[in-house]
Amino acid sequence: MDARNFTYMFYGFAAVWVIVVVYVISLVMREGKLRRELDGVRRMLEDKEAKR
Amino acid sequence: MRTKVIYALSIFAALMLVRNLYVIFLGLPDEKDQGAIYRIIFFHVPSWFTSFAMFIVSGVASGLYLWKGRQRNDELAVAATEVGTVFVAIGLATGMIWARIIWGIWWTWDARLTWALITWLIYAGYLMLRRGIDDPTARARLSAVFNMFAFTSVMITYKAIEWWRTQHPAPVLTIRGADGLMDPLMERMLYLNWLPMLALAVVLVMIRMRQEGEQREIESLRRMAHAL
Repeated sequence: MDARNFTYMFYGFAAVWVIVVVYVISLVMREGKLRRELDGVRRMLEDKEAKR
Repeated sequence: MRTKVIYALSIFAALMLVRNLYVIFLGLPDEKDQGAIYRIIFFHVPSWFTSFAMFIVSGVASGLYLWKGRQRNDELAVAATEVGTVFVAIGLATGMIWARIIWGIWWTWDARLTWALITWLIYAGYLMLRRGIDDPTARARLSAVFNMFAFTSVMITYKAIEWWRTQHPAPVLTIRGADGLMDPLMERMLYLNWLPMLALAVVLVMIRMRQEGEQREIESLRRMAHAL
């Protein structure tokens, strides 16, 4: 393989994976937050129904 | 069932990417002027294909939402838009790195690049608009209308290299009428590398749709809790 400009090619490939990985991490974090929120709201609803 | 599809597509994308990277580095001929940097094209162009596909899906889903009023279509629209903006970011980043070597500059305000940036900003605006509206029905309806207009920007970005003389190269792919400008092996690899990127995008859209459904459930349960 012709090695000219290899460094910048590496930067380009790295940029692809960095962007994908950052987005996947943000999805995983959002999933955790949503699950916690959903559990919290369900508990709140059960408490309110139990008090009625 | 959905989880199985997500796993199957992820495995397909991973295997296909490994196979493609092997061919990109060791199987394809070199480009005589650019050196190794030309290999960025195998991620740069497919990322734009993927983002355009996502915006088409998003626009159709928004249209269907306005027609039928089904929440699933709104969930699909927001998921496809978000994933589409990620792939636009990849297209812009890889394009800038490539430009630094080929043109000697990171960025130029030519029609193609400028419209690509405008498209990214418009769809980022769509995502921000949704955060600013609390009522789910109003949010879905307003963002669907916004989304239909936003698609104009995708079309302008796509056609910019035909309509204006740009620093960005004119069409080189056979599907755009430029026969023989690109080595057939390289062009074939562009489409082959689009497949795993598209599969990855579908996986991300499915995960994001599930989250949108959970978000809707939270909002609905909150309203019930307040009503009690």
